[in-house]
Amino acid sequence: MKSNRAIRTPGGLSVRLDVRALTAVVLLVLAALTASVLLIGTGDFPISAGEVLRTLAGQGDAGQEFIVNELRLPRVLVGLLVGASLGLGGALFQAISRNPLGSPDVLGLSQGATAGALTMIVLFSASSEQITLGALTGGLVTGAAIYLLAWKRGVHGYRLVLVGIGVSAVVTAVNGYLLTKSDIIDAAQAVVWMTGSLDGRDWNQVWPLLGLCAVLVPLVLANSRGLRMMEMGDDVSYALGVRVERVRMLLMVSAVLLTASATAAAGPVGFVALTAPQLARRLTRSPGPNLLASLCMGATLLVTADFVSQRVFGAGQLPVGVVTGVLGGAYLLWLLVAERRAGRI
Amino acid sequence: MNRLSAENVTLAYDQRVIAEQLSVEIPDNSFTVIVGPNACGKSTLLRALSRMLKPSHGRVLLDGQLIQSMPAKKVARTLGLLPQSSIAPDGITVADLVARGRYPHQGILRQWSSEDERVVQESMAQTGVAELADRYVDELSGGQRQRVWIAMALAQQTPLLLLDEPTTYLDIQHQIDVLDLCAELHEEQGRTLVAVLHDLNHAARYATHLIALREGRVVAEGAPKDIVTAGLVEQVFGLRCQVIDDPETGTPLIVPAARKARAAAAAS
Repeated sequence: MKSNRAIRTPGGLSVRLDVRALTAVVLLVLAALTASVLLIGTGDFPISAGEVLRTLAGQGDAGQEFIVNELRLPRVLVGLLVGASLGLGGALFQAISRNPLGSPDVLGLSQGATAGALTMIVLFSASSEQITLGALTGGLVTGAAIYLLAWKRGVHGYRLVLVGIGVSAVVTAVNGYLLTKSDIIDAAQAVVWMTGSLDGRDWNQVWPLLGLCAVLVPLVLANSRGLRMMEMGDDVSYALGVRVERVRMLLMVSAVLLTASATAAAGPVGFVALTAPQLARRLTRSPGPNLLASLCMGATLLVTADFVSQRVFGAGQLPVGVVTGVLGGAYLLWLLVAERRAGRI
Repeated sequence: MNRLSAENVTLAYDQRVIAEQLSVEIPDNSFTVIVGPNACGKSTLLRALSRMLKPSHGRVLLDGQLIQSMPAKKVARTLGLLPQSSIAPDGITVADLVARGRYPHQGILRQWSSEDERVVQESMAQTGVAELADRYVDELSGGQRQRVWIAMALAQQTPLLLLDEPTTYLDIQHQIDVLDLCAELHEEQGRTLVAVLHDLNHAARYATHLIALREGRVVAEGAPKDIVTAGLVEQVFGLRCQVIDDPETGTPLIVPAARKARAAAAAS
């Protein structure tokens, strides 16, 4: 409980560290890196962890270098970035809506991105770049729609979740309609996309995601203290000098961008955004939005799920979205049962 | 010139106008209590004074400046507010919650100074929650919880403190407890307090300055002893009553007329 440490310099600077939360973040980063190395070594041509590290350091042979740097590394990086974006986006949405159900999967953002992608696949038989663009647009439009519909002299938590569920239902219906209109080849492509998969991801997906994260993650973390105050209600945070509407707007736009671009890159990978913040919170045992821990948790979850799916079912057999869906769903049920025992639900 | 005042403000939620052309001065170093019947606009006035609600006309001034255009953190270092509704985050301890009151004094590079630590300890000691420091807020009683929230507002270290119905949902002992604490903050630390209270007798006993509102207008203001009369209570609350001297403090004490007497008066 007493895990806060303050570090002060004579110049009047002071930083407050939650030792437990920091430890959790370090462990999660290590776990994510370990899973990444193992994942790079997994596939039709298995490579040992040591070889992977040596190749990454630029000392592998030409064959290994091609497999690692051109085929598997970008895929793993996309996995890490997508997981991190979903974990952070989920934590932001849950904190803003003050509701653990307020995650992008439930609010209809993933469905919105899917609608954008399906429109491109079914109506235009588009290329993969166009599908990505469509998904991004779909996610952003849905995010804007939810914000506008939920805005009534400020966005309030429950309103946001309920409006999101409504929007989600509408968009899901549209997606169903698009699928029924599609021919069999487009439909097969659409279904694979809709499950969420990292197969065939290359450097073209890595750079935009990396650029976006490089801008948004520091911006979001810089505003995390205001978000932490907003947990106590709008009135209290106003009284403490937080510009509530501005912070909320900024963080919501960031969360929508993070989620939409993650979905555009890997499809609607289920349940990472919902579960990562909850798992992170249980690890750090600290109140507050736990943004950094959620980000690391998301990355770890996604890469681990991909590793599991490839190890157990073989390369390219099972999209990662299936594994996160099963794990995430089971986790959610366990959570509900456990909380019920604790008498909280 | 008082530090906090509202000048000719019109207060409205969307199109619903709560008060028009309302002017209020909060005397410095007073314990001002705003009273009035339900929906008279007393909480709305408090929201306007604490810049939560922007007046559609008129202006609220803090230290001679327009409160809306002042930097948010600067206002938060001068004026604190304990709102009616506040949410204690899951699994937060008393010390952590009180520490959040230091937010307006902090920044990215100044997250937790020794000054912050001292003020948090002091605030907890003043409100009598120091021994609860490591307890979770969710496990406290209503009275203890209210003290913790007050401690958080104190940690903000503002010369002006606004409280919106701080005694609601508390039993009589804890109500008096909280009011005693307010009187202490006012008398011993010289803070200016503004509270909205429902109980007229509490208001008359504790306030140094009373503002009586009805339908968005100030009906009377001044020291309770000077303004609280049976006539005023009837005018503001529509209740026939006697006003006697409080045997404990000598302040006005409102005793509502018996039901039969009121019925007879209504009939005649």
